[in-house]
Amino acid sequence: MLPGFGLSFGFTLAWLTLIVLIPLATIFLKAAGLGWSEFLAVGFSRRAMAAYQLSFGTAAVAGLVNAVFGLIVAWVLVRYDFTGKQVVSALVDLPFALPTAVAGIALTALYTPTGWIGQFLEPLGIKVAFTWIGITIALVFIGLPFVVRSVEPVLADLGREVEEAAATLGATRWQTFTRVIFPAIGPALLTGFALAFARGVGEYGSVIFISGNMPGRTEIAPLLIVTQLEQYAYAGATAIAVVMMLASFAVLLLINLVQAASRRRTGA
Amino acid sequence: MIHLRGITKRFGDYPALHGIDLDVAPGEFIALLGPSGSGKTTLLRIIAGLEFQDSGTVLLGGEDVSSLPVAQRHVGFVFQHYALFRHMTVADNVAFGLSVRRGKDRLPKAARHARAEELLRLVQLEGLGSRYPGQLSGGQRQRVALARALAIEPRLLLLDEPFGALDAKVRKDLRRWLRDLHKQMGLTSIFVTHDQEEALELADRVVVMNQGRIEQIGAPDAVYMNPETPFVSHFVGETNRLPVPGTAAGSEIHFRPHEITLAPDGAEALLVDNVFRKGAVWRAEGLLEGSGQFVELDLPSSGEAPRLGQTIRFNPHRARMFNANGDQTQGETR
Repeated sequence: MLPGFGLSFGFTLAWLTLIVLIPLATIFLKAAGLGWSEFLAVGFSRRAMAAYQLSFGTAAVAGLVNAVFGLIVAWVLVRYDFTGKQVVSALVDLPFALPTAVAGIALTALYTPTGWIGQFLEPLGIKVAFTWIGITIALVFIGLPFVVRSVEPVLADLGREVEEAAATLGATRWQTFTRVIFPAIGPALLTGFALAFARGVGEYGSVIFISGNMPGRTEIAPLLIVTQLEQYAYAGATAIAVVMMLASFAVLLLINLVQAASRRRTGA
Repeated sequence: MIHLRGITKRFGDYPALHGIDLDVAPGEFIALLGPSGSGKTTLLRIIAGLEFQDSGTVLLGGEDVSSLPVAQRHVGFVFQHYALFRHMTVADNVAFGLSVRRGKDRLPKAARHARAEELLRLVQLEGLGSRYPGQLSGGQRQRVALARALAIEPRLLLLDEPFGALDAKVRKDLRRWLRDLHKQMGLTSIFVTHDQEEALELADRVVVMNQGRIEQIGAPDAVYMNPETPFVSHFVGETNRLPVPGTAAGSEIHFRPHEITLAPDGAEALLVDNVFRKGAVWRAEGLLEGSGQFVELDLPSSGEAPRLGQTIRFNPHRARMFNANGDQTQGETR
């Protein structure tokens, strides 16, 4: 291994401090200016609580949807050769590149009661645009690449041989999937979910168009922060940000702990 | 036990096997030996049901399994790179085949565990059942893979280059150990290898394959001493090839480095340009005077080492002659 741990570690620490820690600390500092009771009043107001619930809830649902369908997409990309594979692969990354507002506007146009898809859902009594379902769809769009790109290399590394081994031992296809493949890619799938979830919690651009932004019903937490900023209530905005940050950090830490435990178990 | 009839297989435009016929008796230990691309692994995978032949039949113990999927063939398969389940303990790996059974064949958990312990004892990995494959050495992993394959009490054991990923010392130990295990269990087994030494050491019979065809089937000694085709002659063991003067073009004489007698008036003369010790003998290499053919000779190491630039005169005392079509044209000795 190349020498220079001290130098590179110092650089890493300085960089992380500059890019991540200082801005985050500023948020805490600003929020601290509120005082405890005011912090609680703003950070845990009814409106804020509804927004947290909506943001974390839809991000979790979207993450789960992505986990299932992203796994299928990754499977197809790894296991099969077909014409246009490169195009499909590039399509997967598109949500990374597209300005999120563009995605939001496109989705809204599709899912309003008069939109291409919305007009068929309307008679069935399903409202997508301006409800939590619409928000979830936007977050699914945004989060797709995370699951696909996390699972893909692990699936490729797993190889066909273990599947064949399971088959020679008498396992059915379903048993092979549930007992051999799924546990092996589980940690990667969890990583993909965590990334998609984290992205979904913080997502703003694609959601605000399709959500309708009704306070207490379809108002996401990031929007609430922007609303506060527009009213020059900087401290209030940071209070909500602090609550979101701590909650996100707790969820991501939990996921990391689960993964560390599973890595220890397999001795890898 | 195994009867293969007219097995053919193509991968796209590439013909992998041309009409393979093979019979294996119960309890036999068979080696499929050949270079890469000879079709040996494809044949093994067809017997297992991991691959399906384009035509021909596979009979296992009198039953036609030609179109039976692998999960129902009841054969043990050991992969070159072990293919262990990394997220399961060694014991769970071994018991996997028992735990996926359903209905009345399903053993209770305690019985499955006992069976796994028993098999781990058999492969000399007692007490390692709670480890994960990632914590074992290559040789240990391959033994776990073997125990896992044996757990389902297969009617047949198939091994695909089982020692291919191991280093030389471990490979040798495991080879001897596998031979003893086969003697002890008497399970009909077929293994694929490109290493002729491995095939000759382990197998009851060796099946030499080349370009999708069987070149020769025979006991290791017979394959080594009496190769029937030029391919077998130079693929199994080392062989010197000399064109035969005064015959149709393409005729060759094959003799092994040790099948020579030194004689001051020998018909052939080797100009030595490299010498090294090869185990119990001196190996001298160089070009023949006259024909300029490259030849290797084994000389008794009790004598002095041949010197570079020296000329060694000798006669092959045992050789085989093949014509341009690869047919043997003369008796084995001359």
